[in-house]
Amino acid sequence: MSEIHHRTTLPIDQRPRVLEMLGIDKVFNGNVTALKGMNLRVNEGDFISLLGPSGCGKSTALRLISGLMSPTTGRILWEGGKSRGDIGVVFQEPTLMPWATVARNVYLPFRLRGQSYASVRDEIHEALDLVGLAKFPDAYPRELSGGMKMRVSIARALVTNPRLILMDEPFGALDEITRQKLNNDLLRLKAEIGCTVIFVTHSVFESVFLSDRIVVMAARPGRVVEELQIDEPYPRDLAFRTSPEYAAYSQKVSAALMTAMGELV
Amino acid sequence: MSVQNETDSGIGHPPLTEAMVWDAEEARRARARQIEAVARWLVPVLVVFLTLFIWDRFVVVNEIPHFILPSPGRIWQQLVADRALLGASLIITLRITLMALAVAVVGGVILAILFTQSRFAELVFFPYAVILQVTPIVSIAPLIFIYVQDATARVLICAWIVAFFPILSNTTLGLKSVDHNLRDLFTIYGANRWQRLIHLQLPSALPYFLGGLRIAGGLALIGAIVAEYVVGSGGAGSGLAFRILEASYRLNIPRMFAALTLIAVVGVTIFALTGLLSHLLLRKWHESAIRREA
Repeated sequence: MSEIHHRTTLPIDQRPRVLEMLGIDKVFNGNVTALKGMNLRVNEGDFISLLGPSGCGKSTALRLISGLMSPTTGRILWEGGKSRGDIGVVFQEPTLMPWATVARNVYLPFRLRGQSYASVRDEIHEALDLVGLAKFPDAYPRELSGGMKMRVSIARALVTNPRLILMDEPFGALDEITRQKLNNDLLRLKAEIGCTVIFVTHSVFESVFLSDRIVVMAARPGRVVEELQIDEPYPRDLAFRTSPEYAAYSQKVSAALMTAMGELV
Repeated sequence: MSVQNETDSGIGHPPLTEAMVWDAEEARRARARQIEAVARWLVPVLVVFLTLFIWDRFVVVNEIPHFILPSPGRIWQQLVADRALLGASLIITLRITLMALAVAVVGGVILAILFTQSRFAELVFFPYAVILQVTPIVSIAPLIFIYVQDATARVLICAWIVAFFPILSNTTLGLKSVDHNLRDLFTIYGANRWQRLIHLQLPSALPYFLGGLRIAGGLALIGAIVAEYVVGSGGAGSGLAFRILEASYRLNIPRMFAALTLIAVVGVTIFALTGLLSHLLLRKWHESAIRREA
């Protein structure tokens, strides 16, 4: 019985590779190019934000990585073999099963692998503890607030200790206060268990606060225009949010985004 | 990380106890809730008794003979006097109704699962389901009576034809109404077809199925009664509908009313029981079963 593994995060240039997207194109219905020539290397411990306007292909990129779609051309290489292996996903909606309790929802990835509840009880409780829901394993989703539901969703994504967690605008539907709190908690989680995250957002400030790498994307066709590093050690806190560095990074990322969007005009 | 200071961390509603009623506003609301809880049962019961009273007065004051319109008291006397005869018929009608409902549930759910697993099966069978549904049972019944010899089987088939469609169509709709994000999640976690059905589609379909069951319960009774009417002859399958026909030939109006009363009671009981089942299965999680405070 292995509980959630706590990894240490290496400096960004020494991290081993998790996956690499090579020359990915995705064309829908033969004529709509959702994604063109995307290359991306994801390393162990990275927190990567895909940032861009709607239609830039950031969600498409996530669906390609998660295996829900296949690329039209190009390849996704996974370290250590062909298979994608174990990944966790968080959608914009909490996406919980309303008929199941919090603990049973978090149990889902294990259940689908055929593992009994008793054999993974410790992992489930540790995951709930990590997201601050240790007291609510028997609650039903409808009894929880929007923020708490999202925590359950995060617990479910990390409970199997996956090599990669994909988050598709997870906090987009929450109010600003809850969103900031969850941003803080996500960084604390990252520092604690050292997970690898790809995070889709259209908020410059969120991406700067959370990521160590930001991939700026543009639309029509969806493509990567710039990759920026945020060299600020974790854990980051309120002090970082109000620091001049944060403002400078935000400005730099905004400028990159503006250039990307300006190409449209 | 603690959730206490999150902006909206409301968890359920704690049961109301004396200690929690802390101000006048709260007490007023608690009282309103209690009154509503009682009124929910009391008002319908009072309305029924009021109706019976007016009926009784109407018959007595106008001196209407019991072979035209019997008073409620007269119907009750008839019910007691005929309890052996009507009781036996009640059991026959009840048995047919419940058997038809059971077969409708099994058949409807299995067909619905088949439809959602195989597009081809749906294309093949769905027209038949619709034809059976839209053709009035009264017009099919005489054919069934020609081809099927067993008296119980005839009536059962009629009741089943009427009852199974709402189960089939509701369950099919439910099995298809799965949250698309959950569907994606199951795909990402590598769920197979069987796991998807058991852990995702069937629970999603449960509220829809229960809605269909409530309709089917009433329809099974209607199907059983209509089938008996169409048979028209006594003997083996003499259920409540046959008793009504028989009593009408003999102008025994009180017995007609007595049999009718039993049919109504069966219908109301089925409705109440399917409602209770639905409440028990959904109260923890489904919107339809959750009571919100105004």
